[in-house]
Amino acid sequence: MSLDAPPGHIGFTLNGAEVSVPGAATARLSEILREAAGARDVKIGCNAGDCGACTVLMDGAPVCACITAAGHAQGRVVETQAGLVEADPLAERLAQAFQRHQAAQCGICTPGMMVSAVALLREGGPLSEQQVSDALGGVLCRCTGYRKIIAAVLDASTEAPLAEGGVGAPVARVDGWPKVSGVERFGDDVAPADALVARVIRSPHHRAGFTFGDLESYRETNGLDGVFTATDVPGANVFGVIPGFEDQPLFAEQEARFKGEAVACIVGTPDALAAAAPFPVTWEERPAALTPEEALTADQMHSDRAGNVMSRGRVARGDAGAGLAGAAHVVAGDFSTGFIEHAYIEPEAAYARRTGDRIEVHCCTQAPYMNRAGLAGLLGLDPEQVRIVPTATGGGFGSKLDLSAQPYAALAAWRLDRPVRIAYTRTESIASTTKRHPSRIHMEIGADAEGRLTGMRFDGTFNTGAYASWGPTVATRVPIHASGPYLVPNYEARSAGVHTNCAPSGAFRGFGVPQSAVAQEQLFDILAERLGLDRLEFRRRNALRNGDATVCGQVFESGMGIVDCYEALAPAWTRALDEATAFNAANPRRKRGVGVAGGWYGCGNTALPNPSTIRAGITPEGALRLHQGAMDIGQGANTVIAQIFAEALGVPLGAVEIVGPDTDVTPDAGKTSASRQTFISGNAARLCGEALRAQILRLGNVGPDARIELGAGEILLHEGSERRRVPLEVAEGYALEAQESYDPPTQALDENGQGVPYAVFGTAAQICELEVDLDLGTVHLHRITAAHDVGRAINPLLVEGQIEGGVAQGIGLALMEEFLPGRTENLHDYLIPTIGDVPEVESLILETGDAHGPYGAKGLGEHCLIPTAPAILNAIADACGARIHDLPATPDRVRAAILARGA
Amino acid sequence: MTLHRPESLPDALSLLGASDAVVLAGGTDVYPGLRDGPAPDCMVDVSGLPELRGISKGAGRWRIGAATTWTEVLRADLPPVFDGLKAAAREVGSVQIQNTGTVAGNLCNASPAADGVPPLLTLDATVEIAGPQGTRHLPLADFLKGPRRTALQPGELVSAVHVPEAQGGAAFLKLGARAYLVISIAMVAAVTEVRAGRIERAAVAVGACTPVARRLQDLEATLCGRPASDLPEIVSQYPFAELTPIDDVRASAGYRQDAVRTLVARALARSMEVDHVA
Repeated sequence: MSLDAPPGHIGFTLNGAEVSVPGAATARLSEILREAAGARDVKIGCNAGDCGACTVLMDGAPVCACITAAGHAQGRVVETQAGLVEADPLAERLAQAFQRHQAAQCGICTPGMMVSAVALLREGGPLSEQQVSDALGGVLCRCTGYRKIIAAVLDASTEAPLAEGGVGAPVARVDGWPKVSGVERFGDDVAPADALVARVIRSPHHRAGFTFGDLESYRETNGLDGVFTATDVPGANVFGVIPGFEDQPLFAEQEARFKGEAVACIVGTPDALAAAAPFPVTWEERPAALTPEEALTADQMHSDRAGNVMSRGRVARGDAGAGLAGAAHVVAGDFSTGFIEHAYIEPEAAYARRTGDRIEVHCCTQAPYMNRAGLAGLLGLDPEQVRIVPTATGGGFGSKLDLSAQPYAALAAWRLDRPVRIAYTRTESIASTTKRHPSRIHMEIGADAEGRLTGMRFDGTFNTGAYASWGPTVATRVPIHASGPYLVPNYEARSAGVHTNCAPSGAFRGFGVPQSAVAQEQLFDILAERLGLDRLEFRRRNALRNGDATVCGQVFESGMGIVDCYEALAPAWTRALDEATAFNAANPRRKRGVGVAGGWYGCGNTALPNPSTIRAGITPEGALRLHQGAMDIGQGANTVIAQIFAEALGVPLGAVEIVGPDTDVTPDAGKTSASRQTFISGNAARLCGEALRAQILRLGNVGPDARIELGAGEILLHEGSERRRVPLEVAEGYALEAQESYDPPTQALDENGQGVPYAVFGTAAQICELEVDLDLGTVHLHRITAAHDVGRAINPLLVEGQIEGGVAQGIGLALMEEFLPGRTENLHDYLIPTIGDVPEVESLILETGDAHGPYGAKGLGEHCLIPTAPAILNAIADACGARIHDLPATPDRVRAAILARGA
Repeated sequence: MTLHRPESLPDALSLLGASDAVVLAGGTDVYPGLRDGPAPDCMVDVSGLPELRGISKGAGRWRIGAATTWTEVLRADLPPVFDGLKAAAREVGSVQIQNTGTVAGNLCNASPAADGVPPLLTLDATVEIAGPQGTRHLPLADFLKGPRRTALQPGELVSAVHVPEAQGGAAFLKLGARAYLVISIAMVAAVTEVRAGRIERAAVAVGACTPVARRLQDLEATLCGRPASDLPEIVSQYPFAELTPIDDVRASAGYRQDAVRTLVARALARSMEVDHVA
């Protein structure tokens, strides 16, 4: 076949095959590859060359397909991840290395990473870390912290794959191969070719009234299939995540309350949408309040929330005033952090279709059952009429708990009875979805002459944006955690979430705790300095021990591991301080610094029920299926839950087939948030495995130690030298089945916040070593040493992956990230760390066990990033004396702080 | 929805003359500029024009074809005075951008933070402009009229950049808030010739601190004839009055003004190191 394509076609060689596909030569190559050539392994993360997810090889050179004209491919050779892994042994070895190192977490950046790496590997010769970084510097990853990706590229060898194993073994991700071979399907990858497309019309102003023109005539003139506004929502035009705080309309009515809020949605063929005239809406901009300070005196945004205060939180123990008054030393300070964008590389996407009186929604998500309930409310349906079929999810970090794109596709598909798809652009993803709460914190901490904490007072105001989302959770959680994992006899912490005309703040890895740790851990350094105490020793001295009461009066008799964390860090601390001292003696204008910080995080909902249910069955043919409803958004739940279940049942991991979190076939394992899946769903999986095991052993009438072997149509039981056969009954569905739930034991908090908020706390402490350029204020990170008490590491490699990824997000929080509504709605103005910004991370995994966790395991996801930012800030202050109170510590702020000290 | 792919410069010019088509080279500025919108109805792809390709040396000057990619600049065999331009090439976006983004595209985009502009200013580059009336040449400083504004007239396109042959060492420093894929807070390019410890010639250009990157002629004049060892003192006393930086999401104006001094001193020093080695 000739590469001279017919008119309206583009001819090129795609992964070894000559193709001619219809499409405009002016279109983005990414669009043609995905939509016309079927190469859905080319991911679109930004449409601006900012993230590199769409990287393909053109005549062997990596290019961003999203900013390459499709016509440029004419007559050329294009290779994508899937084609490379299939055809090039070098790429296949790289894929194996990605599996061995768990270099893919969610997998959305993996195509860009691997394609870029293949180009480098093809150059041949030995590789350095620097070369790998330079080659992959154009691809952003939000999950891994990049370290395992670098390791995998440097180790693209024929080494044997990771061995199988049960709890405690570093097995490969059970869902990893699709991600590294390019066949994984994410939110925007599953719609059928004939799906209509929905596009949301959004407010260009922070606050505005609006009136529509003639929508029906607009629809008709532009050949659209549908135009929808608030009046078209069949159910209640409101959604939310916390009972009593459902306050966000799908489409604004009368007034848009933040820039990016939806007011309407148009639906049509891609061509009709591309050609559509501007939407007929007239805006009337109104004065907006963008900060809590402004909002306190601004127009009230929600009728039941005076002063725009959404909710407050408080925890009090002892007498904070007396504790501070009686202290030998008191330090106080004000700290602030900005909006932080989740910046997962996969923008929100969904595809919906109506099946009779039911609606089926395929989407990326962290919370299928919550999405189901939310959509049912909006569409006026029973939850059972809504089916959520989660796709692979390209990162979440909290923001994909909330409904975003799904309702528009669902509403349009419901009303039009046609399949409808939607994918957010990067700009609308950043503008309209939830953020980490900006914080303003005042804190006072007192200690006696020996350096023991005597009192602590915390007052935090959080900008919760226009709608509640998870704001109430932040307001509740922060006062419980603001003490850090330390013994504080006299304590009072207050928090307030205040509405503003900004995008809603919601859940983001840590729910407000990273912000409070920035204040508390920095003040600890100032206090230690005042006391003349080593900073690590000061923390170790005050760390909670088993038997101590937390600020909520909760006492852990086992598993409080923060002392272990600090003790594990001690050798690295001494070495780092010595090295910094030696370096600084020889360098007048570059200074090294070492910082340490700790953190803790309660796993699961705060003093509220949050059960998980896990189901498993054995088919009459002998296949073992685990209905695993804990959404794997890259963190590894598919692997961890399966490992726990296999261990409890007593079968090899390889025997377990996973059935995904489709709400029609898999029970509710709750949301993937609050570091709850390993702990809570893990416990449900353990119980389910144990229940199924008990059933099987009973059927075979064998003892508790018998070994289970699954055969064709039967189960074999081995006990000593004996072998029993249990035939599997022919049945509809499963021959044997078990379903178990687990809900962690908590206790409601009283008016002073005293009670049992969480059954499990995980703890962590990290050391940061860095160098500050005194003349430019730039900060270069050298190393992070991270000690984490995970109770029991179900999969140590996944634990490292969580730590490294959390550290990377902590680096972003500390040094570069700040969302400014209306100003940083892309990935070149909103900066997240690149492969060159994350230093070596040494993980020290501690296993102190836990009274409740499955096999002693605790959650870990949020803990990883909590100590990072304060450790970095403390290291900056150690290096040059510059104490950064207002994040991020960008070069200009660090330099200003250095100049203010007269250095 | 037409992408013309002419095979010669005259063909390209007649296409441009006949319509208000958008010139497309690598696409690394054109497509991000669409902000998720549809592509322009008509584009003329100049990336394949033979007249616009390649780097060649003629009488006393180098000619860099307009459609030369940054990767091609990086891999070209060029004398040390181009080291600053090569360092800038390495900092343009990412490898992906460098593989398709072109030298002339960087100039025509006319961003105050264009990585290629400061080093080309220090190389005394001129811009070769092809148009319906023939070819004209403009010094780069005259070609760049302001943010997103150039001296290009309708129907014209940049066909090459010319750099006079020169001796000396060169350096380029880019200051940003992260390691890769970063838009400058400020950047500095420097070219120096040092003989027997004396600065014979200096060229310094600063980007992202004025609407268009610019040379610091007064500083250059002050440096000329002075011992290289005087460099720190000269830079520390120079007022940098020609800079008019702004506050933006990347940094404050005051910081830019302050950091430039350090960057200039370091870039000059580095350019001299290279020269000594050579």
